Parts: sequence; C-alpha cells; structure tokens
Amino acid sequence: MDYRPEDFVIEGPSVSGQEAFAAKPVTYGRDAWNRFRSNRIALAAAILLLALMLLVVFGPAVSGYPLAESARAAERNLAPSAAHWFGTDSIGRDLFTRVCAGGRVSVAIGLAGAAITIAAGSLYGGLAALLGGAADNAMMRAVDILSSVPNLLLVILISVVIDSKSPATLIFALTATGWCPTARIVRSQMMQISRSDYVLAAQMMDIPPLQIVLRHLIPNTMSVILVDATFRIPGFIFSEAFLSYVGLGVQPPQTSWGALAAAAQGMFRFYPWQLLFPAGMIALTMLAFTLLGDGLRDALDPRLRR
Amino acid sequence: MAKYILKRIAYMALVLFVVTSVTFFLLHAIPGDPITAMVQDLPEETRQSYLAAYGFDRPVTEQYLLYLRRLLSGDLGASLRYPGRRVADIVKKYSPVSALVGAAALLIGAGLGIACGICAALRRGRWSDCAVMVLSLLGTTIPTFVIAPLLQYALTVAWPIFPTTGTDGRWMALPVACMCVGPLATYARYLRSSMLDVVNHDYIVTAEAKGVGACRIVTHHMLRNALLPCVTMLCVSVAGIFAGSFIVESVFSLPGLGRYFISAISDRDYFVVLGLNVVLTGVYVCSILLSDILLMLLDPRIRTEVRR
Repeated sequence: MDYRPEDFVIEGPSVSGQEAFAAKPVTYGRDAWNRFRSNRIALAAAILLLALMLLVVFGPAVSGYPLAESARAAERNLAPSAAHWFGTDSIGRDLFTRVCAGGRVSVAIGLAGAAITIAAGSLYGGLAALLGGAADNAMMRAVDILSSVPNLLLVILISVVIDSKSPATLIFALTATGWCPTARIVRSQMMQISRSDYVLAAQMMDIPPLQIVLRHLIPNTMSVILVDATFRIPGFIFSEAFLSYVGLGVQPPQTSWGALAAAAQGMFRFYPWQLLFPAGMIALTMLAFTLLGDGLRDALDPRLRR
Repeated sequence: MAKYILKRIAYMALVLFVVTSVTFFLLHAIPGDPITAMVQDLPEETRQSYLAAYGFDRPVTEQYLLYLRRLLSGDLGASLRYPGRRVADIVKKYSPVSALVGAAALLIGAGLGIACGICAALRRGRWSDCAVMVLSLLGTTIPTFVIAPLLQYALTVAWPIFPTTGTDGRWMALPVACMCVGPLATYARYLRSSMLDVVNHDYIVTAEAKGVGACRIVTHHMLRNALLPCVTMLCVSVAGIFAGSFIVESVFSLPGLGRYFISAISDRDYFVVLGLNVVLTGVYVCSILLSDILLMLLDPRIRTEVRR
C-alpha cells in the first residue's frame, strides 16, 4: 500500500495556533540561570569570589606598595594600621600587598590546574566512552592504576625529581594524576547519555555519529564538567597551600597564600595576623568556590532539583 | 567469588608493582648521584668507592632488578643519610604514634560526622540541619595549619586546660581534635547528601505505604543504601591513618611517620622515601582490596554481578 503526503494531515488545532498560546520557550541555559539566580547563597558566593579576584588583581595598585618590595628594617612585624592594612611581615614588607601577590599565584595555580585536569580528563574520558569495548576497558584500567598512586607522594616526588619549584612544575605535579577522577566522571556521564532514549531516537533517524556527539553528548556532559571544575579549583589551591606550607611549593621571591602562612607560623603567638590574613583568604576562597559549586550543581542538574 | 577476590588481589599486586617502579625510576631520574647530593666536595676516589658500595655505579636496570629482589625478600632498604637506620625499623618506631592519633581521630571524626549527616538529612531545613551544614562547611574550608596552631594556642596558653607536652594520655587530645575536624566535616556533608539522594527513591515510598515504622525505614531502608559508598571512603581513610599528618605532627611535636616522611624528603634520603612509599602504597592497596571485599559482602547488586 502506498502512502501519499496528503494522507498525513494534522488533526485538531494547527501548530501555529498552538504557538500563539505557548510562552516563550525556556532553553536549558535560561532555565539553569533562573534556578541559579534564585539561589541566594550561590549568588552571594559568586559575588564574594568576584570581590576576592578584584582584590587580588587590583589590591597592590590600591595599597600603593610595589609588588617586589625590599626589606625595611624599621617597619618589621607592624600590627595592622591605616598605613599597612594587614600589618607588615618579618622583614618589613606590606602584608596586604604580599597577600595580593600570593593570591595571584594561588588563584593562578588553582585555575590552571583545574583547566588542565578538565581538558585532559574530558578528552580521555570522552574518548574512552566513544571507543567503547576493549579500548574503553583498557583505558579505564589504566586510570584505576594511576589513581591508586597516592596523590601527595607523587606530587612531592615529581617536584623533587624535576628539582625546580616554579609554579609550572607545581601545576604539572598536581595535575599528573589529578585528571583521573574527571576522566571517570566524564566517561560515566557520556555512557549514561549514550544509552538514553533521545540518543537512540537520533540514531534511528540516521543522524551521523559525529553530529550526535556534538549535539547531545558534549552539551549534556558540559554541566557535569563545569561543576567538577568548580570543586577542583579550591582543591588545587588547598594542595598548593599544603605543599608551600611544607616547603615543597612556591619558593621566594614568589609567594602564595600557603607560603605566607608557613612563614608566619613560627611567630604565630606574637604576630597572629601574619597567619590569619593569608589563611583567611584561603578559607574564604575555598568557601566561595564550594558554595558556588553546590549552587551550580543544583542549577545545572534538574534531576537534583529540590 | 573466590575468583573475583583473586582477580582483585592480582590487580592490587599490579598496582603496587607499577607504583614501586614509577617511584624507583623517578628517583633515579634525578640528575647527579645521591652521594654527591649529600656531600659536595668528596675526593673522587672516596666518592667512587661509596658509589660502588651502594651499587650506584651499575646500570639502572640492574639496580632496579636488585631492588625488586630485595623487596621481595622483605628488605625495604635503609637510610643513606643515617647509616644503620632501616626503613622497617623506622616504620616500627614512628607509625604507632601516627596510627594511634589517626585511629582515634578517624573513629571520632567519622562516627560523629556520619551521625551529624544523618541528623541533618532527617531534619532537613531546620536549624540543626543549618548548623551542621555551616560547621561542616567551615571544617572543610579552614586549613589544618590554621586550626592546629589556633587550638594549641587557645587550649595550652590562653586557657591552659591541656599540657603542651606530657605522657599521661592527655597529649593526644589536641592532635586528635585537630585531625578529626576534616573527617567530621567530610563525612557529615557526604552522608547528608547521600541520605537525601536515597529519600527520593520509590522503595522508601513503598516502605511507607506498607506501614513500616519511621525508625525502621531509616535504619533498614535508608541507611543501608546511604552508608554503602562510605565503606570505600572509610577504607581509604584507614590507609591514611598510617601515613599520619605532617602538619599536626609538626605543630604538636609528635614523633610520627608523616613528619618523618617529609623530613626524609627534605633530607634527600631517597631510599627511605622509596621504602616508606612502598609501605604506604601497600597499606593503601590493601585498604582498597578490603573495601572491594566488604562492598561485595554488603551490596547484593555487586554480588550478583560477580557471580555472573
């Protein structure tokens, strides 16, 4: 039996008539933004984060002390005052400027670390999910082995072996196995999506695989990647702080929040502000990123909607 | 089932082997030789005889095979910097302190954290939920190197409740308090979210519809599912106990393994680093094996998958 186009006629109200009633279509992005905007805590965290970034970038210009300051014997270990907002350190440098300078390094390491792990992890995980079968199995076993290497030991070993303690080495050491969890997350998300009905529908409509990947798999994985990134950044800042605190991280003349806290620890009982300011900055940044990540997860993942 | 466990053991052995090899070659990739790294101006002949005595003059592959053979016979190596100190002795001497403090901190931290997480999830949106969430958020954001000196200053100098040193058992209180903050916050956050995940499942509705009591729903239907992922976390935490905490141990001057490990690294005492790394990775790998077996026993889904 032959069908002709005339056999298929839409019954009921016409499509154009329906559209007149329907509200403006809500896209995924707009929906997520609306949800994020109504989450006051996440919004406050985003503003706090913005303020912290502005402080780190423009702080030294406002305080009026040069970034590469020389020692001033007369102004050692001053308490916070109008001239020195955060006081001065043990060789007379303005602590506010130092905290900003250290913040640049800390935040840069956090951002770069997250960017590298996310890029490498997504590529690897995505590739494993797309290849599937034996290749996927082998790739994920390799990830299992790599992530069994105790993280901190590896970081320490790499920085000892390369024997340069520049921020670049530090980032390399921190990301060497850091991409493994991201690869796992991306792979499992992609596998889950590729088994979903709309991908099956797309396949049945004979849409080329590349287009399915671009249209369905990648956009639907982006939210997971974004949330992962928000939690990774503070993680890297924390690891950097620990390494610098131990003495294996950022070296003078460069500084970071961890290095500043380490330098202040010995004289903590006499000049507590030297420890509290950099440590407070670490805590605030951690807090802002964690809350922002929570908010993003709630906004981007409709399944977890309250 | 036995096949599954054997497979996991073989896999763990492979991990241990890979980690040991990677560490070995990383350490041997360091430019220069360990003797010169320790003593700069040594007469050439003395230097050569030292190199020969430790076997550093041989090709790396030969050194590697020799190291593996020693390792298999139970010899973890010895310190280069302090001749006579063997890695096995170092572990025996320093790990009990780390393990004692770490075990106490984990028991208190994870126990309280899990309890707080459950309470917060059950009283979601009330003030007790808010309090637990705010406190656990603070716990995860404040670095240990701030908590430790603050606590030490507050409770030994400002209000001298605890002694700064001493052997009467009270010395443990402050290090344990510092170290349990992390697990407490992590487990509370984790358990709250996994409980809230479970709440929305259909089987909870079914249980309620069947008329199961509220207490029984929590203990038999929610907790059994919500606690499962914690098993892996707990096993990994147990492995971390032996590694100790460098920061807490150095702030409170405890002779623990964490402090020794970092000082071995700054001393460039590579054989101790290598040996300790093997021991700590071994413990870690065993803990993962333990968690695999536990999960298999506890989770019927994994059990059926294993049978297949």
